[in-house]
Amino acid sequence: MIKGLFKIIEEGFFRLIMFLSTCIIVFALFLIVYSILKKGIPSLSLEMLTQTPKGGFYFGKEGGILNAIIGSLYLSTGATFLALIISLPVALYMNVYLFSRKKIVNAVRFLLDLLWGIPSIVYGAFGFTIMILLGMKTSLLAGIIVITLLIIPIMVRAMDEGFKTVPLGLTESAASLGATKYEIAFKVFIRQCLPFVITALLLSFGRAIGDAASVLFTAGFTDRIPTSLTQQTATLPLSIFFQLSSPIPEVKNRAYAAAVVLTFIVLLISILSRILSGTYKKSSIKF
Amino acid sequence: MNETYKIKVEDLNLYIDKKHILKNINIQIPKNKITVILGPSGCGKTTLMKCLNRLTDLYPEITVSGRIYIDNEEILNNRNGITKLRKRMGLLSQRPYPLPMSIYKNISFGLKISQRRKKKFLDRRIEHYLKQASLWDEVRDRLKEPASCLSIGQQQRLCLARGLAVDPDIILADEPTSALDPMSSQAIEKKFMELKQSYTIVVVTHILRQAVRMADYVIFMYLGEVIEQGPAKELFNYPKEEKTKAYLKGVFY
Repeated sequence: MIKGLFKIIEEGFFRLIMFLSTCIIVFALFLIVYSILKKGIPSLSLEMLTQTPKGGFYFGKEGGILNAIIGSLYLSTGATFLALIISLPVALYMNVYLFSRKKIVNAVRFLLDLLWGIPSIVYGAFGFTIMILLGMKTSLLAGIIVITLLIIPIMVRAMDEGFKTVPLGLTESAASLGATKYEIAFKVFIRQCLPFVITALLLSFGRAIGDAASVLFTAGFTDRIPTSLTQQTATLPLSIFFQLSSPIPEVKNRAYAAAVVLTFIVLLISILSRILSGTYKKSSIKF
Repeated sequence: MNETYKIKVEDLNLYIDKKHILKNINIQIPKNKITVILGPSGCGKTTLMKCLNRLTDLYPEITVSGRIYIDNEEILNNRNGITKLRKRMGLLSQRPYPLPMSIYKNISFGLKISQRRKKKFLDRRIEHYLKQASLWDEVRDRLKEPASCLSIGQQQRLCLARGLAVDPDIILADEPTSALDPMSSQAIEKKFMELKQSYTIVVVTHILRQAVRMADYVIFMYLGEVIEQGPAKELFNYPKEEKTKAYLKGVFY
């Protein structure tokens, strides 16, 4: 009898904890979005989105953050693309060619997780050191390369988690039809795991566009929109950072408007990837 | 070697790491007949079958020694032509593994690996193989739909059609009905009876009644060894070995 009562209390207690934790998360999310929107929306204007900073922008005069929007898009698109070219073969190699060499694959996974955990400022500092060594200046290209390095572990591991779910039977079936490993990798694995690949791209893009520390030293900051890879570029996170550290209230509020823009871009990418991976999920086989 | 034998295995030994899985296998599989490899679970039936099309090559921890002849040609120690070898055999696994693409592409996958083909040719061949697997009537209007939308019984027949499409002369089936309902199982069994006119069929099963229904030739395995082999009637009616008798009586269950 007492034991039964204890079970009921135990059950209720843990349910309460789970419920409260979920509430805290949802509440925190809403609080963040609310405070950004509340401060950001009033300063958000067409001018803000379509113009680069003019003379007195950082004193609250006219101009916008188009330089940072375009810069960030250039940077993260370029980095996501570069990282894809490197990550996809790595993830496929781990799962198609090395799948039975568990020790090697697990060692690679461990190293990637380690890289994932390195703070982005370290990547920035590392990139900066290399740039000095090579005599390079801060530029869009340097920023892209450092961000690429930053997101490769994320992308590889995200794809890897997907490729891991491919059952051996599918590999064997394809092999018994006469497919080579290359054909198994590119025709079967990628098709089966396309939703995972898309999710990996999104995750990396989100990380790329939101990171400030790694581009601080490498991409620089400028009020102009870059027209070549060797020019400096502005980014949204740094734009937020610089405006937020201003003592002028108008400039501060503009930082929140920039944050709204950044959040909106990430939201858009999320929705897009949801739709895409939903479409491709239909042709994946459920095992 | 007797000419009616399609596959001949000599002194086959297989180790996974250091574990001895298949012990000194010597078997002969007759041409254009259904050969059933019978035995309790875990006796190495599936592993033996995977040796035949060298799927064992996918796993570096497996070492195989011995000789396998197909049409008098040694295939186990032949380092090249492995994809060609695999295309000579259609594989049907325990549960269907359709490829993550449309019904049409599932079958054209194997055809296209052989060589580039014209669309008209593909269309005709795909219809032919789907009819052979008795699936055509159910899917003729939705060839472009993903294979994942088929029921599991349909998927297994799709896998059969896909296996036939690479134009093999041998069909390997690893407990092909174990995931299917009785109706679909019957459809597959019936299909095999028809197909044996033109194919050599090897079926792995632990279901005695299925073996009795289908087999022309039986290989009985126990714990990695071939205990007895022979024509179905002989083996089922007059088993020589004690273990075979026990299995036929159902003692192992």
